[in-house]
Amino acid sequence: MEDLRRRLDGVSWVDLFLWGLRIVIILLIAVGAFNTLTSGKYTITTWISLSISGLAQGSIYALIALGYTLVYGILLMINFAHGEVFMSGAFTTVFIANYFNQTGFLNTYPLLAILILMVIAALVSMSVAVLLERIAYRPLRGAPRLVPLITAIGASFFLQYSFRGFYGSGFQTYPTVTALSGTFTVGKVTIPVVQVVVFFAAIALMSGLYWLVERTKMGKSMRAVSEDKEVAALMGIDINRVIVFTFAIGGLLAGAAGVINGLYRPQGVYFFMGFIPGIKAFTSAVLGGIGSVPGAMLGGLFLGVIESIGPNLVLEGLGIDGANQLKDAIAFTMLVLVLIFRPQGILGERLSEKKA
Amino acid sequence: MAHMAMMNKTDEAKFDGRALVKFGLLAGVVATYVAVIGMIATFSQRQVVAGLLTLGQVLLVAPPLGMAYFSARKMAGESGGKILAAGASIGLLTTLPLIGLIILANNTNIRIMFVNISPQLVNILTFGQDSVFVGVLLLLVVLALASVAGAGLTLLPARWRQALVMGVASTLGIALMSELFVVILRERLGNNFVRLFFQSGVMRWYTAVGIFLIAFGFTLFWQWRGTQMRGRLQQFTAPRQKQVRWSGAGISGIILLILPWALGTFLSEVLNNVGLYILMGLGLNIAVGLAGLLDLGYVTNFAVGAYVTAVLTTTSQYGLGPIPFWLVIPIALLAAMLTGFVFALPVLRMRGDYLAIATLGFGEIIRVLVLSDWLASRIGGPQGILALQNPSIGNFFFARPEHFYYIILVACLAMLFVSVRLNNSRTGRQWMALREDEDVAAAMGIDTILTKLLAFTLSAAAGGVAGAIFAAKLGTVFPQSFNLFVSINVLSIIIIGGMGSIPGIVLGAFLLIGAPELLREFQEYRLLIYGALLIVVMLRRPEGLWPSATRRRELQDAMDLTSHLGVVHSEVISHGQSANPSRMD
Amino acid sequence: MKRIALLLLAALLFTLALSACSGGDELVCEDAIGCVTVAPDEPITIAYMLTISGATAFLGEDSRGGIQIAIDDRGGKLLDHDINLKGEDSGCSAEGGQTAAQKLAADTQIVGIIGSSCSSEATAGLPIISEAGMLMISPSNTAPALTDKEGTWHPGYYRTAHNDLFQGRVAADYAYNELGARTAATIHDGSPYADGLQGVFANRFKELGGTITFQGAVNVGDTDMRPILTNVGADSPDVLYFPIFEPEGNFIAAQSKEVAGLENTILFGADGLLSESFPSGTGPAAVGMYLSGPYVEGDAYQQLLAKWDAKFGGPPPSGFHAHAYDATNILLDAIEKVALKGDDGTLLIPRQALRDAVTATAGFRGVTGTLACNETGDCATGEALGIYRITDAEVSGGNWPPEAVWTP
Repeated sequence: MEDLRRRLDGVSWVDLFLWGLRIVIILLIAVGAFNTLTSGKYTITTWISLSISGLAQGSIYALIALGYTLVYGILLMINFAHGEVFMSGAFTTVFIANYFNQTGFLNTYPLLAILILMVIAALVSMSVAVLLERIAYRPLRGAPRLVPLITAIGASFFLQYSFRGFYGSGFQTYPTVTALSGTFTVGKVTIPVVQVVVFFAAIALMSGLYWLVERTKMGKSMRAVSEDKEVAALMGIDINRVIVFTFAIGGLLAGAAGVINGLYRPQGVYFFMGFIPGIKAFTSAVLGGIGSVPGAMLGGLFLGVIESIGPNLVLEGLGIDGANQLKDAIAFTMLVLVLIFRPQGILGERLSEKKA
Repeated sequence: MAHMAMMNKTDEAKFDGRALVKFGLLAGVVATYVAVIGMIATFSQRQVVAGLLTLGQVLLVAPPLGMAYFSARKMAGESGGKILAAGASIGLLTTLPLIGLIILANNTNIRIMFVNISPQLVNILTFGQDSVFVGVLLLLVVLALASVAGAGLTLLPARWRQALVMGVASTLGIALMSELFVVILRERLGNNFVRLFFQSGVMRWYTAVGIFLIAFGFTLFWQWRGTQMRGRLQQFTAPRQKQVRWSGAGISGIILLILPWALGTFLSEVLNNVGLYILMGLGLNIAVGLAGLLDLGYVTNFAVGAYVTAVLTTTSQYGLGPIPFWLVIPIALLAAMLTGFVFALPVLRMRGDYLAIATLGFGEIIRVLVLSDWLASRIGGPQGILALQNPSIGNFFFARPEHFYYIILVACLAMLFVSVRLNNSRTGRQWMALREDEDVAAAMGIDTILTKLLAFTLSAAAGGVAGAIFAAKLGTVFPQSFNLFVSINVLSIIIIGGMGSIPGIVLGAFLLIGAPELLREFQEYRLLIYGALLIVVMLRRPEGLWPSATRRRELQDAMDLTSHLGVVHSEVISHGQSANPSRMD
Repeated sequence: MKRIALLLLAALLFTLALSACSGGDELVCEDAIGCVTVAPDEPITIAYMLTISGATAFLGEDSRGGIQIAIDDRGGKLLDHDINLKGEDSGCSAEGGQTAAQKLAADTQIVGIIGSSCSSEATAGLPIISEAGMLMISPSNTAPALTDKEGTWHPGYYRTAHNDLFQGRVAADYAYNELGARTAATIHDGSPYADGLQGVFANRFKELGGTITFQGAVNVGDTDMRPILTNVGADSPDVLYFPIFEPEGNFIAAQSKEVAGLENTILFGADGLLSESFPSGTGPAAVGMYLSGPYVEGDAYQQLLAKWDAKFGGPPPSGFHAHAYDATNILLDAIEKVALKGDDGTLLIPRQALRDAVTATAGFRGVTGTLACNETGDCATGEALGIYRITDAEVSGGNWPPEAVWTP
């Protein structure tokens, strides 16, 4: 209520503009969607299967986004190199996955093999994340906030080109797991098994994290540190340990996401593969409310679905050529729209009033 | 890897056997890393001194040498023999991971994964010996000698040590840049002359010795007389000092004017690129440095300036002109300001990192739009806009980098003037108030909305002009040029330079845009080095290379406070910010 | 301090310069745009200008490997001189091409350049290279404007890659005439290469009487292609033409099998996807797909692949290494042809004569087929194109290249 009153008090031309902008964007979306839906080009089945593949993609964004959000929650810094943490696990494990495939292990014991791969990827990404914290961020903890952002950008370059040096600049591909390559049908909708597996694997990991943050002692320490470092330290919490743990968990999830991504989209494993998912995951984290664990999950899923159905649903209806090329434009427009309505993201706390 | 050594400052007090093993293995890991990413093999082709030394060899011995030097410094006060022995053991320890690497390479097919662990690499590491055993022994000896040399360096008197380091550094520096030197010398003095000192672009041994001796001797001389010479300047009377300063300014002015002709085409091109980024850095500094608005989408303005210029000056089918470039500049500037204004409106209420991601989004939207099929019929899409008319005065056409240099120089000087004036103006102080605390600023009666809009709009103007010059200089515009890296680069320049500091921006642009151009020979490792550079510079100088006086003071206070807190270790500062994340300074 | 040291050094060099006497050359340069003089103990310098950083690095590394193998094949020597290969990273952007070109143009010892990778680099860099009297042979530029006198052509430009006009046309002809396709959809990735090819393909296909049902684009870095494929599938075209690169090409091919309406659609790509890792990476979805590209059948190409594996380990990362190999050989052959040799071993390489010699290249038996350059520098005039059909042998058997189903 107070918020509303304050808004009414200070209505300025900027507010009018923002309201106009909201109305225009929503109108455009409505008109586009209406045109597309009434044109009858796509059936409802199409939308459902697009949404499901969007959810699968989004759950991968969400897993990476958690790394951003955890670190942000504790250090208030954007770990720009987190996309590379994801890449390091995915890129390293692809070779082992192919070895498993050659020896036949992968298709004889798919579950075990995938678990081993996830552990390996998680370990690699975790070590990279922890090293990153130790070398590039920890010495700068007292420095202005933009300084670690720059070292993060530097680390991002450094990691990309290191891994290019390690494994070359060619493209690697994850092997296909026979057990995951089928489809099943619900009603009229055909759903690839792998999409469901990806979705639930991601949900399982995220629930594990949620449990860890909410129910364990370490989780409690993490929350305490993110609330107030000084007091947390006075209460006997080893802040450095908590921070390293946070980076490790973020890395673990990113590494697991690397393998899950490899199951879902086996191709295109190379040194640059972390950059775009990194940006997308960062966007998801902000969309959901940076610092919030459920927010990152929701943001990722939301972004995945928007990217999947947005271009066909909205842009095509508006008669725009090459609609799919503009999906990033849609995603970011949605981001700005969400932030105009809720400057703290979907599930973010009222940071902008209280803390920011 | 200097920062690795730095971060171990805490155990400076006791340098025992464990530390020695740690340092030795660390040097080994670094050397192995350099080998595994392929640098040693790649640069074994690149000679540093003709027929004597390759860059690959330098890269191989540098980690143990450097690490031995650092360790030996920590052992200051110990006996010489002990220090040398420590050095030797670091060299021997360095070899351990490398021997592991050789064994792996010879006995497994690890190359399927690590493409650069090639037979060629093993050949280099074992000095081309047929017997691996003999090769490894040689490697041991060479690395041990290198690290003994590194450790021994600390035993020399400071004066000699400095001179020695200076001599080697100058020789290596010039050797690495020999391509550039050769090109310039060849242009000025002819190929026959260059051949005397360089063998197909590589220093001859006596050139290397000569450079070393000159740098060595000069350093010694400077240590002997330098302080006296500086002291003499300070003894001048005030008017005389002023005179000296003015003539200094005059000389710099003349140098600025004749610089492109002295440096030749390529270096002028590099200067131009640096200049464009100085221009953008000064622009973004208004938003980020002064007003504290973290803008990650600066490329938007750059793209608008470039595309407006392209559409107005091209003779191709997308053209609306051609309109003379001099008229286009103000149009591009206004267009960029308008974009800055419009894009600022939706984000006015956002703070801190939400603002960052929203502006990043705008940058991405612009990138996608200029590339899109949707607008391709107007601005060329992927095929870009070709055939832009060169700027001209009368019959003189600006075509070469040397010509564009002057346009960029004028633009930079103009922006410099504006920046300095803004810094000390009422608006400038309002921005700074906004940066320090938005709520307090609002309470003090500052119209935060207008102030922010002004910052975004003015900041955009410089980007527009830079884009316009960029387009004219290229003669074509392709959408691929307008990506996130432009925004990242500009932001990095500001932070590396020292936020809010104008000379810092100039320095930052030279380091981040100029240095990678000079490091072109490193090819695929250029961006690796760039990344490492960003990290190292920030770790060594968190306040930036040339921070403004106020910021230096603030940061010093913050860091002092941090060090007093001991255990809590710097948390208070971040807490101070956690109470106010919109303060990004 | 360092600066003053440099000044001192410069002064020293200057005095030495005055005393240095230049020995009279017996060879006299009579070329219209100058010569390169190579002293007896000096190597012949050639350079590359390719993209070896960023997301397109695979393209440049692929070409660079081809160049290095071509040089190795001659034992690193030409006319009793070593061959010195210099290189510049041009980053697949116009500004990168311009800076790289400025640097190369400043080095007057460079005889010729292999590059660039991307057409945008060449557009910005070519005027500079051309003015410096050098020549450049590109292994992967395909934009028609580059060899069009009305477009951005400048003297000294050549390419062994296929002009989009040839390749797009051949693909459309094949799809319409041989495959009997009447409807087609195209997808590009925002690169001038893919956009150009799909444009030529679409125009030719319409000219032949076919219908283009959809023309769209994806972004480099996209992994989820289902939305666009859904869009394509709504019209169930006979052919889907996507002349793009890895990994986006893999994603489109692999995911096309998951989308309704594309069950009977024939996939068609271009030389951007003609590399060993494409079929094996895409998996069974690639079986039956057609690719247009250089005609690289035969022992010569197999040998090239074997040398690649020995030198760099694994297969080449893209499909332009053979073009680069041929381009290098054309350049080296031409140097051999025009260089004047002094008694002491000094070489004089006249620049215009070198350009003329490259232009005169005809019946060159390269790895990519028989090449002949025309006066605006197109050396692969469509004669050397082939259409390949990917079978199970390439997807799972490691066979490469696939068998050509059509050659001109």
